[in-house]
Amino acid sequence: MGGLAHILEEEGIPTTHISLIRTHTEKMRPPRALAVPFELGRPLGAPDEPGFQRRVLLATLKLLERPSGPVLEDFPDEPPGTGAEDDTEGWACPVSFAPPADDLSDADLVCRALEQEIGLLRPWYEEAVRARRRTMFGISGRTPEEIARVIADVLVDPSGTAPPIEGESVAVGFKRLADDLRYFYTEAATARPDANTGDVAVANWLWGETTLGKVLVAIRDDAMDSEDPSFKALAVTAMVPTHQRHRTKHG
Amino acid sequence: MVHLRDMPEKLRDALVNQELPAYESTPWVDAKPLAESRVAMISTAGLHRRDDPPFAPGAGDYRIIPDDVDTDELVMSHISTNFDRTGFIRDVNTSFPIDRLHELIEEGVVGSAASRHFSFMGATPPAAMEPVARDLAGLLKQDRVDAVLLVPV
Repeated sequence: MGGLAHILEEEGIPTTHISLIRTHTEKMRPPRALAVPFELGRPLGAPDEPGFQRRVLLATLKLLERPSGPVLEDFPDEPPGTGAEDDTEGWACPVSFAPPADDLSDADLVCRALEQEIGLLRPWYEEAVRARRRTMFGISGRTPEEIARVIADVLVDPSGTAPPIEGESVAVGFKRLADDLRYFYTEAATARPDANTGDVAVANWLWGETTLGKVLVAIRDDAMDSEDPSFKALAVTAMVPTHQRHRTKHG
Repeated sequence: MVHLRDMPEKLRDALVNQELPAYESTPWVDAKPLAESRVAMISTAGLHRRDDPPFAPGAGDYRIIPDDVDTDELVMSHISTNFDRTGFIRDVNTSFPIDRLHELIEEGVVGSAASRHFSFMGATPPAAMEPVARDLAGLLKQDRVDAVLLVPV
C-alpha cells in the first residue's frame, strides 16, 4: 500500500491512505496516512456502522489538505462493538453437526460427510443470501457438492486429482474451491441477524468442529511435506489462518 | 478478532517485521481542496465483480470497479486467510467505503468520484506491482482524478 502511494505521488497524483499496520507505514514513509487500531480486514472499522466509517474516511481524506508532509496520524477510537465481538460465548452456529468424521482415508466417505454438512447448512446459507441480497460464495462457479468431491479427492490422492479449474494447477484450483466453500459455511453460520460475530469465533467453529475444517487441516499437513511446489507454497501461508495453525502438524 | 495484538507472537513478528522496500525520501504533490477534488479509490482487498476472473497467487494485476457498480456484485478473492472477512460479508463499506464516499460527495465535502476505482490483491511484491501502478497513474489522469484514497485490507 505504501509502495503504491510512492509511485502514484511520483507520477503527480496526491494520495492518502488508511494504515492497518503502523510499523509498515513508519518504514515506508508514504506522503499521507492515517493509522487505525482496527483488525485486519476491517480498514473502516466495523460493518453496518456508517457514522463511524464516515469519520474514518473523512479523517483520511482530510490529510490531503495538509500543507506539507509526510503525515502519519493516528485515529484515536476503537470501532463500535469492540470487546463484545470477541465474545465467542455469544455466538453459536445455528446448526448442530455430528462430530467431524474420524476416518479420512476414504474419499467417498469424506465426500458424504461434507455433503451432509452442506445439506444442513444450506437453509441457513439461503437465509443469509435473502437477508443480505448478496453472497461471496460462487467465485469458483461450482456447487458446494462439486467442491466437496474435489476436496475429498485432493485429501486422499492429491497427485491423482485432475486440475479442478482449467488452466490452473491442482493446488491453485483446490485453493480457490476451498476458499469458496468456506464462504458458504461462513455465510450460513452467520446468517442469523443476531450473529454479530467476528472472524475468529466463526473460524474456531469451522476449523475446530466441522469435517470441512478437519479435512482442510489434513490437506495442509500433507501439503507442507508435498513435493509439488505449488501445494507447498500455498500451504505455508495461505491454507490455514494464523489463529488456527495450532490445529496443524507444522504450526 | 484478527487483530495484531491478538496474533500469536511469532506470526505477528513475522508480519510486522517483514522485509519492505526502503525509501530515502517521500514524494509530495500538493492536493486541491477536498471539495474540488475528484477522488478515486484503490483497494488491495482482492475485490472484483462476480464475472471478473479471480485473483491468482502472486498476481500484480488489478480489476476495475466502476463508480456505479452494483455493490451486491462485489466479491473478494484475495488468497490470504489472515484477515477478517465477516465484516465485508455483512457490509461492503467495511473495506471498500464506496457508499460513504458518495455520501460525502452529496454533502459537498468531496468534489466528485472517479468514474473507475481499482482493486489489487495485496501481499503482492511491490516490484511486481510497480509497472502496473505507473500505467495506472496514466489512466487516473485521463479520468481527471485529483487524489487517490488507498485502502488496505
